[in-house]
Amino acid sequence: MRINLTSVSVDDQAKALRFYTETLGFRLKHNIPLGEYAWITVVSEEAPEGTELLLEPAEHPAVRRYRTALVEDGIPLASFAVDDVEAEHERLVAEGVRFVQPPTDLGTVITAVFDDSCGNLIQITEEKGQP
Amino acid sequence: MDIYRAIADRTRRAILDELVDRSGQSLFELCGRLIMKHGISSSRQAISQHLDVLEAAGLIRTRREGRSKLHWFVGTPLKAIGERWPIATDEDTSNPTEEGIEE
Repeated sequence: MRINLTSVSVDDQAKALRFYTETLGFRLKHNIPLGEYAWITVVSEEAPEGTELLLEPAEHPAVRRYRTALVEDGIPLASFAVDDVEAEHERLVAEGVRFVQPPTDLGTVITAVFDDSCGNLIQITEEKGQP
Repeated sequence: MDIYRAIADRTRRAILDELVDRSGQSLFELCGRLIMKHGISSSRQAISQHLDVLEAAGLIRTRREGRSKLHWFVGTPLKAIGERWPIATDEDTSNPTEEGIEE
């Protein structure tokens, strides 16, 4: 068994596609129209055959309540790995991304949390090497 | 809620330490710091209740930023401790017991 797909619920699929590709730097993998919505997935440039991230419309009322509660407590919906959290933070802030948690050293890992402007908080993490 | 009870708990003191380290933290960030830096692995629900105690004692304030609820440390209530037991300027800090033993 493999994890080939995971998802984030987004307010607006077109806006989300722009943010996840142009701002975060992921690559569009599928964009299949399905009536009102589309099946849109992105992948990492570093692993184009890896796990796909589905940008799923947040249409269900329970999804909105769930996301509101998570955002209130600052809980990210997804977590992405980066080589350098400080550098990504600097790059994304310059792109106008709002961080709710700046880079924070937690001992074995450095993390930061930003707003994806589509209704979610996203965490980025950097595993620290052995000293 | 009096401040003495509010700070008479290791977890609540650690929460204040972390809020002094960085103001304006979400519940998620605080929980991450408590487990990674203090080994405190209480549930988010438990930490949330500790935050309620600290807020009732006036030691933290909350504010919404965007759609997130963030927490700030407020030190003013702690002034009451220093006013109740003021530190004299000519205070003798030597330990009388140790001196007694040496003599």
